[in-house]
Amino acid sequence: MSRVSPTVRTTANLAGVAILLVFAFPVYWMVSTSFQTRAEIRAPEPTWHPFGGSLDNYRRLFTDGDGFTDALRTSLSVTLLTVVVALLFAFLAALAVSRFRFRGRKSFVVVLLLVQMIPTEGLFISQYKMLESADLTNTVIGLTVLYVAAVLPFTIWTLRGFVAGLPVDLEEAAMVDGCTRTGAFFRITFPLLAPGLVATGVFGFIQAWNEFTVGLVVMTRQDSKTLPVWLSTFTDVNRGADWGAVMAGSTLIAIPVIVFFLLVQGRMVGGLTSGAVKG
Amino acid sequence: MHSTALTATAVDAPTEPAEGGRPVARPARRRTPRGALPYALVLPALAALCVGLGYPLARQLVLSFQDYGLAQQFGQPAPWVGLDNYRALVDDTYLWSLVLRSVLFCFFCAGVTMAVGVGIALLLRLMSTTVRLLVQTALLLAWAMPVLAVLTVWQWLFDSQYGVINWTLTRLGGDFAGHPWLLEPLSFFLVAAIVVVWMSVPFVAFTVYAGLTQVPEELLEAAEVDGADARSRLRHIILPVIRPVLLVVGLLQVIWDLRVFTQIYVLQKAGGVTADTNLLGTYIYRSGIGEGRFGTAAAVAVFMLVLTIVLTSPYVVRMLREEES
Repeated sequence: MSRVSPTVRTTANLAGVAILLVFAFPVYWMVSTSFQTRAEIRAPEPTWHPFGGSLDNYRRLFTDGDGFTDALRTSLSVTLLTVVVALLFAFLAALAVSRFRFRGRKSFVVVLLLVQMIPTEGLFISQYKMLESADLTNTVIGLTVLYVAAVLPFTIWTLRGFVAGLPVDLEEAAMVDGCTRTGAFFRITFPLLAPGLVATGVFGFIQAWNEFTVGLVVMTRQDSKTLPVWLSTFTDVNRGADWGAVMAGSTLIAIPVIVFFLLVQGRMVGGLTSGAVKG
Repeated sequence: MHSTALTATAVDAPTEPAEGGRPVARPARRRTPRGALPYALVLPALAALCVGLGYPLARQLVLSFQDYGLAQQFGQPAPWVGLDNYRALVDDTYLWSLVLRSVLFCFFCAGVTMAVGVGIALLLRLMSTTVRLLVQTALLLAWAMPVLAVLTVWQWLFDSQYGVINWTLTRLGGDFAGHPWLLEPLSFFLVAAIVVVWMSVPFVAFTVYAGLTQVPEELLEAAEVDGADARSRLRHIILPVIRPVLLVVGLLQVIWDLRVFTQIYVLQKAGGVTADTNLLGTYIYRSGIGEGRFGTAAAVAVFMLVLTIVLTSPYVVRMLREEES
């Protein structure tokens, strides 16, 4: 915008401040409350800042958090396992889809797109039945199987873009110079692909870490809950009584996601609609 | 069942002629039969998808034609009942009110999200750089929040006794001391809609803002010189350029808001009412996992899947066309 009149700019800026408040305040409030004492939280006048607060709410989570540490362990195992398996499988598939023409390639791509549209809510009943009959409810393996399938389509789709962007010529030049195909791949292609793998892995991490519905259905035992499912139960128990601890738990769950998200957000904005933007 | 399909693929693969060939130069050394490699590469992903999604999908279809209740949970064989589950659903007036409610809630949330998101995207262009960066940071923070954290914060904000929202509204002269937001269905859905919209707006705002950068600056300036006011510039230049983005983003919002489960489920636990606040997703959960009526739940789920596919097909077709070009 080259010429924006001062009145328009001021109005837009004021609106901007209002938007800022609406979107930043809840996040700020979560963190701020997590440091406040029960007396501050229950005072008739809200305390607007976290200064002079304490870490008691956080300490409570680790000592007497109604299973916070168990949930943390479950969530970390499931999430990391999901990311590793999904990245590996997706990488191989992305390689096939972007480097080879083979019969069934197109159907595979269609399946990837279709599968992304399947709502979890339309499938969790039978996913639960499946794990139940395999005796895999409340296990890290069982949940990971479902998460890998949920994360894979998007992961393949994104990685495919990265793989397609790699120069085949470079790899072939290396082979002309005497590298084997595998050698050329690991020395030339793989390092170039690393940023793509990291970004895609982070998406998978965020998805698996945040997932609630399937976790709720499949991980029913108190000691096998994932963090979001734990937070939901913990909130029900402490609603009204201990918002400080609830906010501390929420903050701990949100921090890794926010950090990762800010790291890769540039790619996220493009992601789903890059084609559409191109018009 | 899926495993046989997979072996078939793997066995077929080597006999596959190396048809088409890759347009690029071939490597000097010949190794495995050309045709087999891509299938081997796709196999793990395909297997994982079949186990995690394909099999449950097939099983769900089967389940929806069976009478699968609590007795079957304890080992009784499930009798086939044909279309009975579906027929029962068609006759169920509660389900129809549920579908209507879900669709209304979905379109309300998607509509508000689009309006607010596009509004913010347009405003972002007019702000000074500092304010714009601050607003973008705030939007990113909100976007990055895990859904459960969002829900707990908003429950805390709307808390009847100590919540900031009741405090503020009372300060502004309202009588909101101790006002319970989640007890009445209508105000329950208002809170749910606020949460859904708050979570969805950043994606819309960022994507549309990215789309707006495609609007040719010279065209806008030329139109201004020719005397076009802001509104007609918006209508005749900006909107046509970002129309494709708006379509895709709007469609995604509809899909996402139709399947909304987490927000409703969590807020229901806070509010206590379920019958009047159920949407399709929570109904499937409660009739299946909650009451053990798996056949019914599966039939509703199949209905929901079909609804989603119908709504999504334009998007998929579009993506595929781009894939080909």
